[in-house]
Amino acid sequence: MDYLIQQTLNALAFGAEYAMIALGLALVYSIMNLMNFAHGEIIASAGYAMYLAILLGIGSPWLVAPIAIAAGALAAVLFERVAFRPVRHAPSTTGLLTALGVSIVVQNLFTLLISPRPRAVPAFSELSHTIFIGPYAVSLLQILELAVVGAAIAGLVLFLKRSILGLAIRAATREFSTVRLMGIRANRVIATAFALSGLLAGIAAIFIVARRGSIDPDFGFQPVIKAFVACVIGGFGSLNGAVLGGLLLGFLDVAIVALLPQQYGGLSDAVAYGIIAALLVFRPEGLLARRVELGDKEI
Amino acid sequence: MLSVDRLSVRYGAVRALQDASIRVARGELVALLGPNGAGKTSLISGIAGLVASAGSVRFNDREIVALPTEDRIRLGLSMTPEGRHVFANLTVAENLRLGAAIRRDRDGVAADLDKYLTLFPILRDRLNQLSGTLSGGEQQMLAIARSMMSRPKLLMLDEPSLGLAPRIVAQMFEYIRLLKTEGVTLLVVEQNVMQALKFADRAYVISAGAIRHEGSADDLRADRRLIDLYLGG
Repeated sequence: MDYLIQQTLNALAFGAEYAMIALGLALVYSIMNLMNFAHGEIIASAGYAMYLAILLGIGSPWLVAPIAIAAGALAAVLFERVAFRPVRHAPSTTGLLTALGVSIVVQNLFTLLISPRPRAVPAFSELSHTIFIGPYAVSLLQILELAVVGAAIAGLVLFLKRSILGLAIRAATREFSTVRLMGIRANRVIATAFALSGLLAGIAAIFIVARRGSIDPDFGFQPVIKAFVACVIGGFGSLNGAVLGGLLLGFLDVAIVALLPQQYGGLSDAVAYGIIAALLVFRPEGLLARRVELGDKEI
Repeated sequence: MLSVDRLSVRYGAVRALQDASIRVARGELVALLGPNGAGKTSLISGIAGLVASAGSVRFNDREIVALPTEDRIRLGLSMTPEGRHVFANLTVAENLRLGAAIRRDRDGVAADLDKYLTLFPILRDRLNQLSGTLSGGEQQMLAIARSMMSRPKLLMLDEPSLGLAPRIVAQMFEYIRLLKTEGVTLLVVEQNVMQALKFADRAYVISAGAIRHEGSADDLRADRRLIDLYLGG
């Protein structure tokens, strides 16, 4: 029983992390049609902000965490302003290449200005201890992670349903020029979507750093690949799909490691992607996306 | 209120509109008539800033041709695009809230919301329904109400009767006439020539990207030759 609860928590924690990152990708993709491969560098920016904060003597996790979140949002808005806005009306392949370019440039900046080697970020080591809930031993970090991710998603839903800008973001996923006809500035809608994706990436960065204890220039690469897969499972551009896909992927990862016999451990990624491929055979558009026929277009 | 001078719109090498000049006075209902592909939508899209255009667009004595769409809307212009373009994944209430996005007077917005829900009672019944599930006529009413929520000085309607059942078409023109009696200035693109001329004060006839004729609605209605020539009866 203890083992089962521990593994479920593990799965939820990984899933929550994937969901945070996948939501950011989906938010930007749904209104810009931009697959933001520089999202990993937004996560890394938040990571390095924590590193610098500690270097400057800010040690409390309660200060470092907000700094990371703010840095994520700032990096996302900056990338949009400097790199993506000038190519907004270009074909979507241009956006994709721009994102790859931003990713390479920023990774190299981290390598040049800080270090190509991992740097320790010990801000959250005091959170990684075990607490007892009733008879069950659980990690405090995971409980915190689930609470924070739950609050972040609730906040996002509230924002998208209640605020004018949130409504505009949802409307812009299908009818961007009609949103402008409401007098709402396109730049504000897009900058807000990027800022939200950066906030979520900053939250994810905190928990990745807490788990790993260090950062390096391609810190964000692996999580973004996972989040990309989560988006594909859930249906690209669907926000509910991103959360669902992230959680499913978390469970899949943990279940495979737990169930696969020790000697086949190296196959865990292969098994995971095999299952996902099989899923996509039956639902090629992902679990929650709208089915769009080839040739359908928004006028 | 609106004065357009020698406005041209081109899409790549295609000239959609060439040197069109029109005027709309405060409180008027002006119809833009013409066959398919004549340039009617290009003209009002150019006025709204949705397509790049060359020439002059003056709105309340202010040159707006270089402004982005958002700023033109903020000056009091509004447009209901052809095909309605309601935000299908949002509820009726959310659509109407976005219509009032540029306003800060909460009380006024609430009063206007009530006013348009009274004018279009069907929308009140469907407030929390996704607007993509409405019928064509209901979506058209929603699109017009959404435009009106910004309290525009000039409302441009693109083909408000397109694709609606005949009974609903008559109702739609009745609504447009009601808006006019409320003092809204209207520029209406229509293919339904006879209906449009019944309600309009004046009309422009566009064909092949240029204004061919302008006159009072009554004169135009009497001019069989013109109607046969450009508007196909």
